[in-house]
Amino acid sequence: MRSVSTIILQRLGLGVLTLIVVSLVIFCAVEMLPGDFAEAILGQGATPEAVTAIREQLGLDKPVVQRYLGWLGNAVTGDFGVSFARLNFASNFGASTNTTVVSVADQLKPRFVNTLFLAGVAASIAVPLSLIIGILAALYRNSVFDRVANVFTLTSISSPEFFVAYILILFLAVLNPILPSLSNIYETMDFGARLKATLLPALVLTLVVTAHMMRMTRAAIINLLASPYIEMARLKGLSPVRVILRHALPNALAPIINVIALNLAYLITGVVVVEVVFVYPGVGQLFVDSVKIRDIPLVQACCLIFAAAYVLLNLLADVMSIISNPRLRHPK
Amino acid sequence: MSSELLLRIRDLHIEGRADEQWLPIINGVDLDLQRGRVLGLIGESGAGKSTLGLAAMGFTRDGCRISGGSIEFDGTDLLALSKLQRRALLGKRIAYVAQSAAASFNPAHKILNQHTEAPVYHGVMSKTESQGDGMELYRKLRLPDPDNIGFRYPHQVSGGQLQRAMTAMAMSCRPDLIIFDEPTTALDVTTQIEVLAAIRDIVEQFGTAAIYITHDLAVVAQMADDIKVLLRGDEVEQADTRSMLANPREEYTKSLWAVCSFQRPLKADVAQDSVPVVSVAGVTAAYNKSADVLHDVSFDVHRGRTVAVVGESGSGKSTVARCIMGLLPPKQGAVLYNGEALPASYKKRTKEQLRCVQMIYQMADTALNPRVRIKDIIGRPVEFYRGLKGKQRDDRVAELLEQIELDPSQYMQRRPTELSGGQKQRIGIARALAAEPEFIICDEVTSALDQLVAEGILRLLARLQDELNIAYMFITHDLATVRAIADEVVVMKEGRVVEAGPKEEMFTPPHHPYTDLLLSSVPEMDPDWLTKLLAERGVDNIGDAAVARMN
Repeated sequence: MRSVSTIILQRLGLGVLTLIVVSLVIFCAVEMLPGDFAEAILGQGATPEAVTAIREQLGLDKPVVQRYLGWLGNAVTGDFGVSFARLNFASNFGASTNTTVVSVADQLKPRFVNTLFLAGVAASIAVPLSLIIGILAALYRNSVFDRVANVFTLTSISSPEFFVAYILILFLAVLNPILPSLSNIYETMDFGARLKATLLPALVLTLVVTAHMMRMTRAAIINLLASPYIEMARLKGLSPVRVILRHALPNALAPIINVIALNLAYLITGVVVVEVVFVYPGVGQLFVDSVKIRDIPLVQACCLIFAAAYVLLNLLADVMSIISNPRLRHPK
Repeated sequence: MSSELLLRIRDLHIEGRADEQWLPIINGVDLDLQRGRVLGLIGESGAGKSTLGLAAMGFTRDGCRISGGSIEFDGTDLLALSKLQRRALLGKRIAYVAQSAAASFNPAHKILNQHTEAPVYHGVMSKTESQGDGMELYRKLRLPDPDNIGFRYPHQVSGGQLQRAMTAMAMSCRPDLIIFDEPTTALDVTTQIEVLAAIRDIVEQFGTAAIYITHDLAVVAQMADDIKVLLRGDEVEQADTRSMLANPREEYTKSLWAVCSFQRPLKADVAQDSVPVVSVAGVTAAYNKSADVLHDVSFDVHRGRTVAVVGESGSGKSTVARCIMGLLPPKQGAVLYNGEALPASYKKRTKEQLRCVQMIYQMADTALNPRVRIKDIIGRPVEFYRGLKGKQRDDRVAELLEQIELDPSQYMQRRPTELSGGQKQRIGIARALAAEPEFIICDEVTSALDQLVAEGILRLLARLQDELNIAYMFITHDLATVRAIADEVVVMKEGRVVEAGPKEEMFTPPHHPYTDLLLSSVPEMDPDWLTKLLAERGVDNIGDAAVARMN
């Protein structure tokens, strides 16, 4: 059996490969979109001369392969380039006023911090909650509690996110003004205020991701209840709670961890709709805006971050699954 | 003290849920057990042995219910207790030892932590006391390195050692009653004897009462003071062990006793110049890049004869079969068919070469596709190898079904799930026969079956051999099967052939020490067999210890 460190190194390598493939796919996809940045930014004033000038300035006239490799080379060193939209094209139209250049990294950083904060708040509510509900549902399976928990979580996952969001706004911001309905986040906020502003979108996300994790916890535990070692634990006279927590749960961890990882990745990458509803300044909004105007450097950087989040979280899930398995942790 | 009644079951009825209705599993069984006595429960699969054993703890598996009768343990009616009160007895005063220790130990926790769980939970001992006691029990059960073995995880310990550790775990609260549910069925014979000796010893030392469930008469003869025979949820008869063995009253019990009588007549010796059908010549093989699992294995199988390949788990028996089939190309050596080398990999063999070597599997359940009708399971090889289609194909399938003693009109359209275990194994045989092979590998074909059913399969295989002149390579760990069916025997240990020869030579001394150990470890019906053997060999010269000494 291979050692744990070999497995981790191998997964890391595969992760890097995945990122490169993702970057290629994104580059091609953006390339295939009709229209380009120059036309989008110039709008009505898109004379052929102006379009050509901007293209030349941005290097859009160079061959695709050359542009991709150049960008990839810079990205590896941490330089994601400069957002097209923040460049100053005033020179093309005459007067020049401002020459400061904002890099993609500078632009993404505060947004990414916000996204992580939202994901963190949502996860620290959703993960313990879904584990507890899942364990209780397994313990009292086929009881009223089990059914209610299932129906409730399934309903919340089946409803569109914006709908869940508006319902929560209705109850927690309009009818009972406890939480703000708009997430007005700025950098100098203290933690408490930030948390309060983030809580409502975090609750919506909690409702969205709880069902998966809760149902997997329940299923993974129930799946083990027929095993001989569970019967053995019951025949030792142990209480049902102890049987589940001590004997079933440690063996059910691997699938649960994997579903948690997938949902955490979703919390980072899939929250555009919720961000829009609450006007939350996260990466999702920035991403959608930059797609609209074909701001290639920004789109690619966002995609890479999303892909990296998936790869890292899955890697983490793999490592934790390995650690939760005594056969791999303590080879013969 | 010894006459005090510990367990009293009266008119117990248990039902199990199947296909939306309750079907009876136990129909009104009575059972009495005195303190310090051991009661053997025997019967074939489906007799309700395990269900009855668990019911003695007031426990039923999911999907079962106790529908009538009473279970009194030490004067208290288990069925009248609340769940909480019953849990207070389980583990503490009544303990359970399961069939597969490997599956019944939780893989996530160390052995000693599982050992101390019940005593600490029930407040019998502190954790430290129980740990010390556990090590003491491990020593009494002759586990190697008793002070440290408890700190290992279950997967780091062998099956026989785990089974003893589980017996120690059952003893951890010093219960009044232990239910042993087939504790040695999954073990090799040389390991089994060690576990049997350990269990018997410790049950005697602590004066614990026990219910010993098994389908193996010779084992129960060693372990039990009394024997109760069950058949489909009814008691057939009960008596003390010696009178039961010497003088069974009921027809069913007599038929159980008689199983071991099947033996084929000896065949004439093989002619000197005859070419073997299959010849394994100096085969060395390994899985992937790991260490060799076969070392220079050679033996011949002649036309119309049966070679039994005997050995314990891990001895390489099934790996030889895989090499012959071409599933595992050997690193060195070759497999000769009628004197000519077969290509190492099945991918390079011609259809004709594939046809001549067929296989029957241990688990008919998993070897037959449950979604395919019998007609097509057998029909496919008929079509593939013989090229028969339509009516011709169906006629041939019907003919094959008749050969395996199943009525074609009844079975052609069925699916495997509608058949019993023995019938499924017969279909497996028919599928092999459909290719009209000259050589069939039978891999533990009877070990998943009840004795009576297994005997039927052995008789069928013998008859087919006489009629069709097929050669068998019979892989088994069961020496009774070897006695019944083999012409030649090959004994394997750790990937090497340690002894080979005609059957009559193999069963008469002198032997290779390993063959000797293997033969002497097979339980016999004599209730004094284990006592005598232990006196003869010494307690440290059986099982793993003896194997280790040999090396």
